[in-house]
Amino acid sequence: MTVAVQTTPLDPGALTNALIARVAEQTRADQGAVVTFIGLVRDQVENPVSQLFLEHYPGMTEKALETIVAEACARWPLGPLSLVHRVGTLYPGDPIVFVGVTSAHRKAAFEAAEFLLDYLKIRAPFWKKESTPEGERWVSAHASDCEAAKKWR
Amino acid sequence: MIKVLLFAQLRELLNCGKIEFPVSTAITVAELKTRLAAQGDRWHLLFAEQTVLVAVNQVLRDDNHYLTAGDEVAFFPPVTGG
Repeated sequence: MTVAVQTTPLDPGALTNALIARVAEQTRADQGAVVTFIGLVRDQVENPVSQLFLEHYPGMTEKALETIVAEACARWPLGPLSLVHRVGTLYPGDPIVFVGVTSAHRKAAFEAAEFLLDYLKIRAPFWKKESTPEGERWVSAHASDCEAAKKWR
Repeated sequence: MIKVLLFAQLRELLNCGKIEFPVSTAITVAELKTRLAAQGDRWHLLFAEQTVLVAVNQVLRDDNHYLTAGDEVAFFPPVTGG
């Protein structure tokens, strides 16, 4: 399992290839499915964003991500897995989060990837601050994120 | 002493990310909030007007959780990662 919080840019291609290499390195490479999700910083017409700052709680962030990964591993039969989140200053189009999940078959891999994202959004201590033409503002949490996580209970 | 950490909007509101707060006996998170709110207008505002989450020793907890000396208590707004 790879869990990381980093200030340097995310390279989704390298992370994906590393995950596939970890499957191949096993005594028996029995994962036939790799699902990846990459979240990008968005700039919207109705909400122009020139820059995004990601604050987090060092120490707790890593623990929270590891706990979420452990829960996913308890629910689905998963192989190597990677969960990497950016912090610091980002710009529209920059990858902000990478989730890569492997399993024997696609259903478990898709479900586990969605679960990891849904729980990360309500449990991992990250906070976004947007720079907009009107100045800086902290992003509000969405009630829809809490609803999304409820389906896994 | 309890180490109190603040993040994001809460840190900016208090213009401070970390304080040491003296406690002599075990108290709950709710009691700690009441005592902190009595420290001044900005502390009062912090707990009165916002949804505040709490983590004790880096694990999310609720207001009924008991605290002891040496604990690290963090207050922060709902998270917005991903």
